[in-house]
Amino acid sequence: MLNVGKIEEGFVLDHICAGKSMEIYYQLGLDKLDCTVAIIKNAKSGKMLRKDILKVECDIDMLNLDVLGFIDHNITVNVIKNGCIVDKRKLELPKEIRNVLRCHNPRCITSIEQGLPDIFVLSDEKNEIYRCRYCEERYTPTSHTGRC
Amino acid sequence: MRHLMSPLDFSVEELDQLFDLAHDIEENPAKYSGKCTGKKLATLFYEPSTRTRLSFETAMLNLGGNVIGFADAASSSVSKGESVSDTIRVISCFADICAMRHPKEGAPMVAASHSSIPVINAGDGGHQHPTQTLTDLLTIRSLKGRLSGFTIGLCGDLKFGRTVHSLINALLRYSDIRFIFISPVELRVPDYITDNLRKLGIPYQEVIKLEECMGSLDLLYMTRVQKERFFNEEDYVRLKDFYILDPAKMSLAKPDMLVLHPLPRVNEISVEVDQDPRAVYFKQVQYGVYIRMALILRLLEIA
Repeated sequence: MLNVGKIEEGFVLDHICAGKSMEIYYQLGLDKLDCTVAIIKNAKSGKMLRKDILKVECDIDMLNLDVLGFIDHNITVNVIKNGCIVDKRKLELPKEIRNVLRCHNPRCITSIEQGLPDIFVLSDEKNEIYRCRYCEERYTPTSHTGRC
Repeated sequence: MRHLMSPLDFSVEELDQLFDLAHDIEENPAKYSGKCTGKKLATLFYEPSTRTRLSFETAMLNLGGNVIGFADAASSSVSKGESVSDTIRVISCFADICAMRHPKEGAPMVAASHSSIPVINAGDGGHQHPTQTLTDLLTIRSLKGRLSGFTIGLCGDLKFGRTVHSLINALLRYSDIRFIFISPVELRVPDYITDNLRKLGIPYQEVIKLEECMGSLDLLYMTRVQKERFFNEEDYVRLKDFYILDPAKMSLAKPDMLVLHPLPRVNEISVEVDQDPRAVYFKQVQYGVYIRMALILRLLEIA
């Protein structure tokens, strides 16, 4: 069994679908931060059998919870201070996400207009369907995110 | 300040008021002939659309206003690479209201977010064409006397036809409407629309042959199979003449059924049908002018 040490201050993303941690690492922009990150793949889990875990030693404010909620709102976010869990954040599907996804509709105005933010709006919460704010093209999160 | 991006931007009550205004314009055109004196409409048409552009321009001229604009992207600064947001900022300094058609979906919304004048979406790609839907609703309301309690058949290209999708969405807000979708299998109405109808408990049928349902229709909305929506020429050629409404098919219909068409027509309605009093697609064009006049007045807060 591999042991990864505790972090003093930062956050732990638990219950990540096995094998998806690297995608989440990049989608959260953790590759651009100058802090310690531990990526644990295929850890044993009672609930999920196998899971990934990310341990990040930086301020929780550096984490975009909306993006994470969009990627997979089943992930558990543990906030760590002085080596202890001080908070557990519940993730929700964000109503709107900006500059995370690109619209793939070649007829969408985002394909030509410079400086336009990419905005997707939650149009069907039950089925987790997002649509481009401009052209209403459907985006299905499961095909491009960290979910199992 | 309000814009019009989708037919659903107005509530049912607001639409009723708009239709009442359009009706009053139809009855008393002289009353409105000077309402927009000194006002300018900019028609920004990034792709050709003679009918819609001329309808907007006629509407503004009927109100005593003036018109500026361009009829295709090649004759505008967009050919030099100007963005939609820059163009509308400039046009806002010239005109009081703007109608924009653009091949890119969502372009009028981008314009609206940077504009200091009302923007009307005059068609954005395969996405929305709200003034066509308002025209269709006004035509039905004026000639049928109501916007509820009928069976409507929508025929032709139900897959790519934005006018059809938009009209269905607009009619969902009225009661006791039954839909019959008449199309070849390849051009069926998208699943998200039928899913929504099922969810709302609104009755619908999908049929292939027009003859199967002619007798039960109160309204028949014909559409053209649009070449520009196909990536494959072969598919277009195979499907373009799938439906042709002719006098023989019209003889199966109710005496008070109405035939609508957003135009232009190609082959899907034979010219003999034009003589039938139930063919109202040219009246529909006239209603298009009335509704655009009403819309300009409402968005300029003149009436």
